[in-house]
Amino acid sequence: MGHDSEGSAAASDEGNTATDRSIAPSPPEGHGVGSTIDETAASVGDLQIGAESSATSHVPSAIHQDEPRPPLPPRPGNLDLLQEGNYSPGSSLQRSKKSARPQLQSTATTALSRTDINTQSYQDGSRETYAASAETTPPSKPAGVFGSIRMFKGLGGSETGDSASVKSYAPTLEAGGDVESLLGEVLGASQGSPAWKLLSTQYEAPDPFDSVTYEDDEATVEFYREFDEIRAVDPDGGNEEQQLAQWQLKRKHFLILSSAGKPIYNRHGDDNLISGYIGIIQTIISFYEGANDQLKGFTAAGARFVIMSQGPLYLVAISKLGENDAQLRVQLEALYMQILSTLTLPTLTNLFANRASTDLRRPLQGTEPLLSALADTFTRGSPPTLLSALECLKIRKSQRQVINDTLLRTKCDTLLYGLVVASGRLVSVVRPRKHSLHPSDLQLIFNMLFEARGVKAGGGENWIPLCLPGFNKNGYLYMYVSFVSASESDGEEADDDRSESGKQEEIAILLISAKKESFYDLRKMRDAVVDQLDKNGSMSIIKAAVRRGRPTATDIVPGTVLRHFLYKSKGNVQFTMPSYEPHFTTMLARRRLLSLYHTLHASVHAKNARLKVHHCISRDSISLAWVTPLFELYCVAGPHPSRNALAQSANKVVQWVRREEERVFIIGGAVF
Amino acid sequence: MADSAGAAPPKPSTSVKLVLLGEAAVGKSSLVLRFVNNDFQENKEPTIGAAFLTQKSHLPHRTIKFEIWDTAGQERFASLAPMYYRNAQSALVVYDLTKPTSLVKAKHWVAELQRQASPGIVIALVGNKLDLTNESSEAADTPSTTNTEGAAEGEENADAAEENGDARKISTKEGREYAEEEGLLFFETSAKSGVNVQEVFTAIANAIPETQMKTSKTQAVGGGTQTALGAERVNLNKRAEGAKEGCAC
Repeated sequence: MGHDSEGSAAASDEGNTATDRSIAPSPPEGHGVGSTIDETAASVGDLQIGAESSATSHVPSAIHQDEPRPPLPPRPGNLDLLQEGNYSPGSSLQRSKKSARPQLQSTATTALSRTDINTQSYQDGSRETYAASAETTPPSKPAGVFGSIRMFKGLGGSETGDSASVKSYAPTLEAGGDVESLLGEVLGASQGSPAWKLLSTQYEAPDPFDSVTYEDDEATVEFYREFDEIRAVDPDGGNEEQQLAQWQLKRKHFLILSSAGKPIYNRHGDDNLISGYIGIIQTIISFYEGANDQLKGFTAAGARFVIMSQGPLYLVAISKLGENDAQLRVQLEALYMQILSTLTLPTLTNLFANRASTDLRRPLQGTEPLLSALADTFTRGSPPTLLSALECLKIRKSQRQVINDTLLRTKCDTLLYGLVVASGRLVSVVRPRKHSLHPSDLQLIFNMLFEARGVKAGGGENWIPLCLPGFNKNGYLYMYVSFVSASESDGEEADDDRSESGKQEEIAILLISAKKESFYDLRKMRDAVVDQLDKNGSMSIIKAAVRRGRPTATDIVPGTVLRHFLYKSKGNVQFTMPSYEPHFTTMLARRRLLSLYHTLHASVHAKNARLKVHHCISRDSISLAWVTPLFELYCVAGPHPSRNALAQSANKVVQWVRREEERVFIIGGAVF
Repeated sequence: MADSAGAAPPKPSTSVKLVLLGEAAVGKSSLVLRFVNNDFQENKEPTIGAAFLTQKSHLPHRTIKFEIWDTAGQERFASLAPMYYRNAQSALVVYDLTKPTSLVKAKHWVAELQRQASPGIVIALVGNKLDLTNESSEAADTPSTTNTEGAAEGEENADAAEENGDARKISTKEGREYAEEEGLLFFETSAKSGVNVQEVFTAIANAIPETQMKTSKTQAVGGGTQTALGAERVNLNKRAEGAKEGCAC
């Protein structure tokens, strides 16, 4: 935000006026604070009594005397205020201030999320904010007022609005949006305080600007150590403190425990290290559960805690990476699906129905690598998870058709689904007409095959019983897996030494059946498929496409300012993106990019946001989210290009996808 | 042996189905990986379901093509095991020399195989992770120096080293006595160093009765011997060949 001197000057002007005016109603304000905070009541007692005389003295007077004195205007508000303060001490501060100026309450707490307002910076330093959601804030609001916005953090929740009103309040602004944006400015000054950070993470949609700088400040060094193992605590507990310190440095934790408090899975640290925390979490959750008021999430020490309760299981995500609740919930959902995939729902339910204190670690034995692979994917940032969509290998439509036909022709009777997957990207799929494949199921499979190394490392062919919860969470299917190396040298017929390659790029043939005896049938089919694909040249096409990798953004749109984009086709539940090269080669750069995508995604998916285009500017980048009924597009460019250039590139991406649609996506697929 | 096999007229080749059973994390997949690829991975992730691999084993008068089912050891996969051992001619029941519960589990598997698998099944009891015991370094050396006596020597060492307070929890004697009682082949192996791995498979190949071979034409070498003593003898004979074969690969 280098060029907003003009803006901030305007801001301070506004701020001053606001402060000046706010002096006038200050007595009721002081009164509100004093009367509703129990702890501080004693110390500010004098002030309270003095200020409150109208209220406290009036209530008895109204009862005992019949004098026809007309009630003072603020009285009703004050009475309400007292009642509110009684039932909820925690929120009394905010409520009191709200009620202290009842005529403002409606404006200040209008449920405007910050995502409704967008700031645009121009090269020449001028800026404007426009309301993207015309329904809540008319776009005709004077831009001058918004010019003062530096940080968006303050926008959104009513809590901010209220606490901010202590410091400054501008009665001149008529609309909620205006008030909030100004408050945001004021709050921006104090955003460095721990208390502020605590507050800010409570919002559904974290601010992209901030999270990027936030990453800059703190995560840079530590993120590289995010995946380091934490060693076990020594028997004598000598290194416990040190290990605990390392544990606390992790930016993201996943915990799974049973409702009886038994640990089931945790990404970092061993049992001895974190048993205390498990106990605390379980206590907190069950406290709310006992009150029939399920705890969904809370913020503490800059970390967002999101809790998902699934039958007998509690799943907890703890993140300092700035994802919002909905996004963390999707991740927890995936971990839960992995557990279901191992056990099936009836087994899981029975285990706990028979014995509430069941230790689920035993039945889940051996699946920690799968859960950890998922967890680490989420920590690194995963476009498929964010978008809940699949990525396909880009090949020509006719080429894909040949592969589909090959699968259909060689299909055996017991086959349910047949897939060809190349390094996590779908090449081809055949399925029965009446069954589709759920993306979350495929995510579990891809995670097992391409992220966790267990299956690939074993070599040979695999026969894996698994439950695909999206397909049927009550029973197992059986998956035949065979890898074919994508490297050129392995092109010759490789019978027995198929497993020798340790290459990254692998092509997997997955054949799924409902019959557990059908291994040899599917094996025969696999041999036929590979043989045919070799013969009709498809295998070399796939290998070439895998080796070529994703095109860069500039390959797709020559000369574009875009560094990266995600395009999700809603109808196909698929997405496409360019290579991370050359701008996002390091893990940290990728994490930042994904954080930005998460923020954009959160903004356009906020509950009450109906915006179509969301534009973000930060120190490192400008970015754009564009949502239509057909697609979602998220674009990121460097900090310098103009908004117009970004918009043009976005248009070109959409044109490119439209042109290449049948290459980057699998449309229809092959059914039998 | 391996060299001459190339020049000689093709020996009769037969396939033998083999299943690996045993508690989780005793090293079943590592044994297979060592046998098939002559490779070892530290901290290998657990097998999910089962892996199917093939490997040829060259004997003096015939070639055996092993079709190996490497099963996952976790409890929840136990119900699938019959599918894998039903038609198997041989089984490797593996335990971890450093983990007493794994031998208990191994005995369960042996009992189940004897009850439910096909009657003539050749079962080998294998104590793995010899490298974690004190005698590992000496045992690892023996194949290269004294090929023919390596196994016996290694086991003597094992007996001697027992009191030295290493990670070993199950004595060689305990394992061998149980194997003799039940009429099983018996080996102590290290998938990490490779000690005795080829020998196990060769011994199994030799122990498969001639009559079970679909296409066998030559005489059986160690035909039908299922006692531990018999296996020991076979093992000693085959040792040199196993080592050579390893080099040729």
